[in-house]
Amino acid sequence: MLVLSLLAIPAVAAVLAYAWPAPGARTAWLGLGASGHLALVGVAWMAPPAPAFAGWLALDPLGLVVLSTVSGLFAVVAWYAVGYLRRASPRGGRAFASCLLAFLAAATLVAVSHHFAVLWVGLEGTTLAMAPLVFHRHDRHSLEAVWKYLVISSVGIALALLGVFFLATAQIGAPGRPLLLDDLVSAAARLQPAWLKAAFVFLLVGFGAKMGLAPMHTWKPDTYGEAPPLVGGLMAGALTSCAFLGLVRITEVTVAAGIAPFVRPLLLGFGLLSLVVAAAFLVGQTDLRRLLAYSSVEHMGLLVLGLGLGGLGAYGALLHMVNNAWVKGVLFLAVGNVLLGAGQEPAPPLAGALRRTPASALLLLVGLFAVTGSPPFGLFLSEFAIVSGAIQGGHPVIAFVVLALLAVIFVGLSTRILDAVYRPAPAATRVAESPWLVAGPAALALAVLTLGVFIPGPLFRALAAGARALGGWAP
Amino acid sequence: MIQIVELLLLLVALTNFVVLGTTRLSTCIRAVAVQGFLLGLLPLALYPGVALHTWGLALGTILVKALVLPRFLRWAIREAAVRREVEPRLGYVTSLLLGVVAVAAAFAISRRLPLLEEARDMLVPVALATVIIGLLVLTTRTKALVQVVGYIMLENGVYLFGLVHVERVPFLVEVGVLLDVFVAVFIMGIVVFHISREFDSLDTARLTELTE
Repeated sequence: MLVLSLLAIPAVAAVLAYAWPAPGARTAWLGLGASGHLALVGVAWMAPPAPAFAGWLALDPLGLVVLSTVSGLFAVVAWYAVGYLRRASPRGGRAFASCLLAFLAAATLVAVSHHFAVLWVGLEGTTLAMAPLVFHRHDRHSLEAVWKYLVISSVGIALALLGVFFLATAQIGAPGRPLLLDDLVSAAARLQPAWLKAAFVFLLVGFGAKMGLAPMHTWKPDTYGEAPPLVGGLMAGALTSCAFLGLVRITEVTVAAGIAPFVRPLLLGFGLLSLVVAAAFLVGQTDLRRLLAYSSVEHMGLLVLGLGLGGLGAYGALLHMVNNAWVKGVLFLAVGNVLLGAGQEPAPPLAGALRRTPASALLLLVGLFAVTGSPPFGLFLSEFAIVSGAIQGGHPVIAFVVLALLAVIFVGLSTRILDAVYRPAPAATRVAESPWLVAGPAALALAVLTLGVFIPGPLFRALAAGARALGGWAP
Repeated sequence: MIQIVELLLLLVALTNFVVLGTTRLSTCIRAVAVQGFLLGLLPLALYPGVALHTWGLALGTILVKALVLPRFLRWAIREAAVRREVEPRLGYVTSLLLGVVAVAAAFAISRRLPLLEEARDMLVPVALATVIIGLLVLTTRTKALVQVVGYIMLENGVYLFGLVHVERVPFLVEVGVLLDVFVAVFIMGIVVFHISREFDSLDTARLTELTE
C-alpha cells in the first residue's frame, strides 16, 4: 500500500494544484504534496514496504536511495518555488505547479518499478512533465531550447523502448515472467547474449541521452540555460538520477548474465568522453546556468565511469548520485537567487553578488567547493571512491586522466563563480533575501556536508546492497 | 493470415517511402496516418481470434495514430499556413536511395538475428527499416512538423518490433506507451505552433540563436 500511496500523493496533488479554485492555494498544494511524499519516504526507511502488483512495483534498497534523493531535492525545490513564484511569475500559472508534481509522480514510478516497460513509461513521463516547465517564457530562446530537449530526449527514449523490446526478446526461452527485473536477474544465465548486448546498447544510448552523456548532451546547456533555475536544479538533480537508475537496472542484469566484459568498456568510454567534453566547454563559459549544465555533464560522466569500473567504483557512483543531486539543488537555487537579485533581463553583468545578495552568494561559494569535490563535502568521498575503484581495478591511466580533467574543471568553474561573487560592482546595492529562498538550498548544503563527514548506517547498507548487485563492494 | 500480414507490412514499407519522396506536408501526414491505421490492423492479423488484448491494442492504435494525431498535425499546418518542405538537407532522390539501403540493411541484419528466424519473416526487417527511415527523416528534414512525422515513424517502427511480444508484454504497458507517444506528439505540436508564430517559419534551421 505504501508504494501505491507514494505514487498517489503527488498525482492527486498535481490534479488539485491545477483544479483548485483559489489561485493562492495552488502553490500550497505543491508544498504539501512534496512534504507528504517526503514523510512517506521516511516511513519507507523505517518499515520496508511490501511489493505491489505481483512484484511489478517494489522498493528495493537501490530504488529507495533514488527515491529519497529525488524526494528530498523535490521538497526543497517545492518550498523554494512557493517563495519564487511570489517574486517571479513564469507563464503557465497553475500548470507550473501541476507539472512539477506530475514530474514527482513519474519519478516515483521510475524508482519503484521492477518492470522494464513500466520503468520506461515512468521515464518518458518525467521527460514530458518537464517540457512545459522549460518552455515557461515562450520566447525564441526558450522555444529553441525546448525543441532541442524534446527531439533529443524523445528520440533517445524511443530507442530505449526498442532496447526494452530487445530485452524481452533476449528472454525468450528463459524461465520467468517477461521484463521483470528480479526474474531477469535470477535467470540471467539463460538470456540470449546477442539480444542482451543489443538491448544494453540501445538502453545506454536512450537513457544516456536523458542523462546528458556526451555526445548526446547537446540539449543540456541550452535547456538548463533557459529553464527557470529551480527547474534546472530539478533536471540536473532528479531527472538525471532517474535516468541513471534505468541504466543501473540494465547493468544489474548484464552483470548477472556475465557479459560485464562487453558492458564495462562502453560505460567507461561514455564516461571519459563526457568528462573531456565538460572540461573543454566549461572553461571560458560565461553564463552561470550553462556553466552548471556542463558541470552536470561532468558528473554524469563520473557516474557511468564508476558504474563501468565496478568494484569500489560502483559504490562510489551510487553515493555520488545522491551527492550530485543535492549539490545541484544548492547551486541552481543559489544562482536563481543571485539572478533574481541582479534583475533577470537582459544578460545581467554578474558581479558583486556578495554585496547584493550575501547569503545566496555564500551558498554559491559553498556549492562551488562541494561540486568540485573539496573535502569535507560528500562529493570528495564519492569521487575518491570512484578514483580508488579505478586504481584497484587496474586502470591507473583512467584514474590519472580523471584527476587531470577534474583539475581543469575546478579551474573553469571557480574562475567564473568566484568572479560573480567577488568582483566588485560599485552600483550594487543590498537586496532583501527572502528566507523562503535561502533556507532550502542551505538545508541541502548542510546535507551534502553531513554526507562528507558521516554516512548514516541504513544509507550505507542500502548503497552497499546496490553496489553488490552491480558486481562491486563497499569500503 | 500470413498473406494478409505480409501485405500489411508491405504497405507499411511503402508509406515510409511516400514520406521520404514527397514535397507536400499534407501527403506526409496522410502517409503517416495510413501507416498508423495499418499498424492498428496488424495485431488482429497476427493474432487472430477474439481477445480483449489484441482488439484493445488495435482500436487504441487506430484511434491515436490514425485519427487523433494526424488531425492534430493537420490543425498545426493549417494554423501555421505552410505546405511545402522547401529545402531539406538531403535531396529527395538521395533520401529515397538511402531508404532503399535502409530496407536492404534491415533485411540483412534480421537474417542474422538469432531466435527470430521462425518468427514473422517480414515483421522484424520492416520494423527496423521503419526505425531507420524515421531517424533519417528526423535528421535530414528541417521543418519542425516533418521532424514530428519522423518521430512518429520511429515510434511506429519500435511498435512494430514490439508486436513480436504482444503476448508477453501486458496490455497495461502498451496503453502506457501509447499514451506517452500521444502526449509527446501533442507537446511537440504545441511547440511547433509557437515556433511558427514566433519565427514566422517552421524551419528549425533558424533555431540557431543558442550556440557556443
